[in-house]
Amino acid sequence: MTSSDDPVGRRDFLKNAAAAAAGMAAESQVGHAHDSHDHDHEHGHEHDHQAVPSDLNLRVKALESLLVDKGLVDRAALDAVVDMYETKIGPRNGARVVARAWVDPAYKKRLLTDASAAIAELGYVGGQGEDMVALENGPKVHNLVVCTLCSCYPWPILGLPPVWYKSAPYRSRAVIDPRGVLREFGVELANDVEVRVWDSTAEVRYLVLPERPAGTEHMTEEQLAAIVTRDSMVGVGKVSLSEARP
Amino acid sequence: MNGVHDMGGMHGMGPIDPEKNEPVFHEPWEGRVYAITRLLRAGGGRQNIDNSRYQIELLPPADYLRMSYYERWLARLLKQIVALGIVTPAELESGRPAPQSTTATPAVTAAMVPAMVARRGSARREAAVSPRFKVGQRVRARNVNPTTHTRLPRYARGKQGVIGRDHGVFVFPDTNAQFLGEKPQHLYSVRFTARELWGEQASARDFIHLDMWDDYLDRA
Repeated sequence: MTSSDDPVGRRDFLKNAAAAAAGMAAESQVGHAHDSHDHDHEHGHEHDHQAVPSDLNLRVKALESLLVDKGLVDRAALDAVVDMYETKIGPRNGARVVARAWVDPAYKKRLLTDASAAIAELGYVGGQGEDMVALENGPKVHNLVVCTLCSCYPWPILGLPPVWYKSAPYRSRAVIDPRGVLREFGVELANDVEVRVWDSTAEVRYLVLPERPAGTEHMTEEQLAAIVTRDSMVGVGKVSLSEARP
Repeated sequence: MNGVHDMGGMHGMGPIDPEKNEPVFHEPWEGRVYAITRLLRAGGGRQNIDNSRYQIELLPPADYLRMSYYERWLARLLKQIVALGIVTPAELESGRPAPQSTTATPAVTAAMVPAMVARRGSARREAAVSPRFKVGQRVRARNVNPTTHTRLPRYARGKQGVIGRDHGVFVFPDTNAQFLGEKPQHLYSVRFTARELWGEQASARDFIHLDMWDDYLDRA
């Protein structure tokens, strides 16, 4: 066992929390198996945003095997869920909604009056995207979306949220210093621009409709979709032509 | 509950530091924890999204702040499978099904995943509940400090705002999280000036919109 003054610490926090949470005994196989193994790893592999002990891969594999053995989950179904969010459901969905709204005024009107139905027209439906509201950015209004209490985000339209969206710095600051947050993302707003921050405290999910940049008048819907960024649909970025790919 | 998860307006959390070309999952285990959680949710039992959020909030504050997002999900998952009675602590210890245990049939197969992901599980309810407020009306968020789950952040409590829109009738998370019923009621977008929430040093052109249920509000 590691001592309580282990300089890394995180592994113990997870171990203890998980063990306490599950009411497990201290030597749980799944809760913190591979104790002898993870000494090899605890001083490396720190990710920029989250120091992740690599023994978590082994621990979760043990948990998965138990659940599969008990017939509670199907391994191929797990693969399918991961694949769905890694390759199929992501911000390209939202970008197509935005591009359609830019080229089709009737669609834009539907999007701003009943976003759930307008987005469903393009086939983007599912959990965490049932009750949508679209927020239009313009020269004098800038909308920004946050979830101060957890990580609420429109999964079917933007995919799973990035780490920064779920992390304390963004969640704590977006409501008290939105202009400072925007500056950190490279967006400088004039003083006469109204900032509207939307704290996702319920099951309503928000999509920002960014401004269509000048110089895109002759672009096709497909080309427009290619320049719409995830950040612009959360409201921490603007769409610019420099995002265009050749 | 006045937990550390309720962090709107806090200082000292550091720079935001977005990652370029960030992967959806940084390590395989993150995707597995996400997928296991989604599949077990589809399996039913005594669980709902509000209680799931509450389980995360119940993590000790120091752990909550130190853990990565999916570490919190893993801690919750271990707790939930025991609470649901689908895995015993002894099985978690051994990593193997108890000898006498029966084998279940997975609720979701790979072929069912696209439909599961696209399924709408809206918290909107068609219940005929009258709204207590109308758009344009001035309201004050209640100054309450429940020790259990709530979606009324501390930074808005006691503050005055204006009803911006009526979203319709939705499940009330405060009761649902404790399995005390859905108590469906109107949910509004309430608009607060930044100065009402943060004082005179805030910009007069900044506004914060929160979604708030009837039970969070009084007439101002």
